[in-house]
Amino acid sequence: MSKQYEKVIGLEVHVELATKTKIFCGCTTRFGGEPNTHTCPVCSGMPGSLPVLNKQVVNYAMAVGLATNCKIHQYCKFDRKNYFYPDNPQNYQISQLYLPICYEGSVEIETASGKKTVGIHEIHMEEDAGKLIHDVWEDCSLVDYNRSGVPLIEIVSEPDMRSAEEVIAYLEKLRLIIQYLGASDCKLQEGSMRADVNLSIRAAGAEELGIRTEMKNLNSFKAIGRAIEGEYARQVELLEEGKPVVQETRRWDDNKECSYPMRSKEDAQDYRYFPDPDLVPIVISDQWIAQIKSHQPELRTEKLERYKKEFDIPDYDARIITESKKLADIFEATTAICKKPKKVSNWLMVETLRLLKERGMDPEDIRFTPGHLAQLIELAEAGTVNSTVAKEVFEKMFDANIAPDDYVEEKGLKTVNDEGALRSVVESVIAANPQSVADYQKGKEKAIGFLVGQTMKEMRGKADPAMVTQLLKELL
Amino acid sequence: MKITDLTALELGKKIRDQDVSVAEAVKACMEQIKSREEQVHAYVTIDEAGALKRAEEVQKLIDDKTLTSPLAGVPVAVKDNICTQGMLTTCSSKILGNFKPVYSAEAVKNLEKAGAVILGKTNMDEFAMGSTTETSAFGVTRNPWNPEHVPGGSSGGSCAAVAASECFYALGSDTGGSIRQPSGFCGVTGMKPTYGTVSRFGLIAYGSSLDQIGPIGKDVADCAAILEAIASADTKDSTSVARDRYDFAKALKKDVKGMKIGIPSDYLSAGLDPEVKEAVLAAAKVLESQGAVVGQFDLSMVEYAIAAYYVIASAEASSNLSRFDGVKYGYRTEQYDGLHSMYKKSRSEGFGAEVKRRIMLGSFVLSSGYYDAYYLKALKTKALIKQAFDKAFEKYDIILGPTAPTTAPKLGDSLQDPLKMYLGDIYTVSVNLAGLPAMSVPFGCDTKGLPIGVQLIGDCFCENQIISAGCALEQGRRGE
Amino acid sequence: MANIITDEIIDYVSILAKLELSDEEKQAAKNDMSRMLDYIDQLNELDTDGVEPMSHVFPVNNVFREDVVTNQDNKEQMLANAPKQKDGQYQVPKTVE
Repeated sequence: MSKQYEKVIGLEVHVELATKTKIFCGCTTRFGGEPNTHTCPVCSGMPGSLPVLNKQVVNYAMAVGLATNCKIHQYCKFDRKNYFYPDNPQNYQISQLYLPICYEGSVEIETASGKKTVGIHEIHMEEDAGKLIHDVWEDCSLVDYNRSGVPLIEIVSEPDMRSAEEVIAYLEKLRLIIQYLGASDCKLQEGSMRADVNLSIRAAGAEELGIRTEMKNLNSFKAIGRAIEGEYARQVELLEEGKPVVQETRRWDDNKECSYPMRSKEDAQDYRYFPDPDLVPIVISDQWIAQIKSHQPELRTEKLERYKKEFDIPDYDARIITESKKLADIFEATTAICKKPKKVSNWLMVETLRLLKERGMDPEDIRFTPGHLAQLIELAEAGTVNSTVAKEVFEKMFDANIAPDDYVEEKGLKTVNDEGALRSVVESVIAANPQSVADYQKGKEKAIGFLVGQTMKEMRGKADPAMVTQLLKELL
Repeated sequence: MKITDLTALELGKKIRDQDVSVAEAVKACMEQIKSREEQVHAYVTIDEAGALKRAEEVQKLIDDKTLTSPLAGVPVAVKDNICTQGMLTTCSSKILGNFKPVYSAEAVKNLEKAGAVILGKTNMDEFAMGSTTETSAFGVTRNPWNPEHVPGGSSGGSCAAVAASECFYALGSDTGGSIRQPSGFCGVTGMKPTYGTVSRFGLIAYGSSLDQIGPIGKDVADCAAILEAIASADTKDSTSVARDRYDFAKALKKDVKGMKIGIPSDYLSAGLDPEVKEAVLAAAKVLESQGAVVGQFDLSMVEYAIAAYYVIASAEASSNLSRFDGVKYGYRTEQYDGLHSMYKKSRSEGFGAEVKRRIMLGSFVLSSGYYDAYYLKALKTKALIKQAFDKAFEKYDIILGPTAPTTAPKLGDSLQDPLKMYLGDIYTVSVNLAGLPAMSVPFGCDTKGLPIGVQLIGDCFCENQIISAGCALEQGRRGE
Repeated sequence: MANIITDEIIDYVSILAKLELSDEEKQAAKNDMSRMLDYIDQLNELDTDGVEPMSHVFPVNNVFREDVVTNQDNKEQMLANAPKQKDGQYQVPKTVE
């Protein structure tokens, strides 16, 4: 019978910061663009070029550090990490090893097994590398430096996690915090958030840490989960066979659901870190820290409590709305206009989330404005459109941000509330469907549904189903 | 008097007075180049057409009084590790043999704003690593005073060009003495400013914490004017230091009465050529006769400077030169088998022996297990060297000493023993380690007829002191 | 103290430095490094206890730029010196993941 093993997991998370320009030059960080059109001598490593630090990167790094309970190194520097690879134009990456900007922090996570604190060892600033594309036709690789120099923070956790569930909870918590700060949009699929998993195993109850491996190329939460289970199984098998676990970096292939060692013998993994002589140290005053703290936007936990109190919405609803800062912002702005928080929260929780899921979008991608949502809510409240029509209009608004007032006018979607006109249509439907009428009068309640449907069809959906039902009952 | 015998400032005045046109000055340099260059080989690239075109533009701007700088219209040569947009910038290396920068160095742009006319790019030791200009991939430069001797290095081409009147002044770079030593060997005046005074943006880096661009000219006044033109606070260079004042030429008027001058006794020890020692002591006498007070003192730390310098400079260079990999620019090998083969072959074929030697040493001292013992130790030594100078400058206004232990050696003598060659930097490297300004001023010749340079070292940000003293020395020499 | 530089050390440093040395060059490198390191060992004579390693010679700190876009599309210029390019990108031998 095999021993019981425990997983010991630490994460290195890279986050692309939402600055307008790169960390060491004035090139734009805008996504997309033809290759090498967002580059300059500095970020493409031309001879004689020199880096100059973007202050906003320091601001964001500090903000994330403070929001994760870190201490700030009030004297910190940049170091060069030397290695050769084509996506690295200088063949060294400017990073921080000896004095990272933040250290000794923590985040609280919650899983099915309860609450837990995950330690953060350090957070440091560094520059991103360019992009390598493999050209199958010519069996070569092509390099684009648009991404080279985009600012990153790397968040290194303590090896405090013990399961894939905890890892996901940790990543979601980090994402929530960082999005709330506006420091990054943290999208795994787009690469603005990347996680490398360090995993080792040890016999349950043991104190000593086992040899760990590092896993890269994890592009979704599902892939992370699979990679953790896969690597755990691989390490258990090795130990059971009496073989040692080799400390190495492995690349996870999610299609094949297995990993491959990445290191080649051309790479000594000796980075020869030394302080970058082209950059001067950063001295962070107490005032600067206080300034960052004071500008910190309301974080999720505070917002949650405030929504419950101020808008009197239930805990469940408030949780869902505050899952994403964008959703929360839309909620508040819409409520400010129409003053109907429960209606707003309903539209967000039900229809909005449904369509986001259907279209595979994130809340950050929502196109409609609070003003338009407020319009729609007013139309529905006033009975100007019925609930079916409201949902249709919502979908159009979701996809193209149309103005509901204008759209309803244009397409003539208003509910016909004229009882007289409605009555005559109901009467003609009764006359046209004697069988259903007879069924209903015999006691078949459901038959009225068919008659309501026919009336709605005649009215092209522009009637209030409740009124129709009432009229039918009256007339029959 | 030949036009090319004028100093840069003298020419500048004649141009303003309309006695000489800019085009005439350029043509005079080209004539001189035609007659001397085959022997001297100071230049890697000569751009006669470009210079004449620029001369026309500059002439117009001088005529309509847009350009009023004292150096407007004066032709200059630029060391080949300083980027000049659209003009070959090779660092005298095969690996950049076809490289044309897409921007110009800040110092070059400042010169162009002042109306300079660039004649071409000068030869150097490859990537500024060397003391004789013999490690250039494009042939050696010969000392204009005696073609069998080296001009010094690494700014050998720039100094030879000025000495041979193939230009009126030049820009060089100094990491461990690369402006001062060749200036001494070639009998011209050369200055390294306080670290951070001249922007390093566009200077192809060798030892980033030590490099500075500086002027090489026919006299101290020229150097002061050139420094004024090229120095600036540059937001593109994080190590650039904004100076309170940039009017360096003002110091030319001040005399040396009461100036306290110290000669380190550790500089006058056994390794120093007796004729050079004599020159230093004679220079001291000249300054004394003008009212300065001269004394000797123990500088200390002298024997450790070279070791610390080579560790730090090689370490930084090994990282700075990693970008030369055949991917983005420069030389790429023709035959290779995969990515790493391409890297290794391109670099091994593109770099010369001295460069490879320093890259290897630098990579080693930064590598795992050796970083503390070598690199950190060297940085601590650097701190102690700075302290030693700080202490000296509490007592003295400037330090006087030799520029090099000998005059220019013969071609071919230095490269067999790299370590011996490094030891020749003994008087210059500590100045770079401490970030101080220093100047080499010509002071006579030895019995072989080769020039001797004496070095004036100032406290940081005190160029004015060494400019005043240098001027006094010149006047004293002329009076003899 | 004599520094013995072995073939292994030279091979290791060559990988770090991405250089390929011939046998002759390797031999010369071993001798050169050995001599240079012996010379550099002089520094061990110095008592540097309590001395902070000095990276930057002047106490200049906090040099920043504002987060404002200042550069434009310079693609032509950036690629002008490329030894090999394709589709607006630098071309290199296939990189193995």
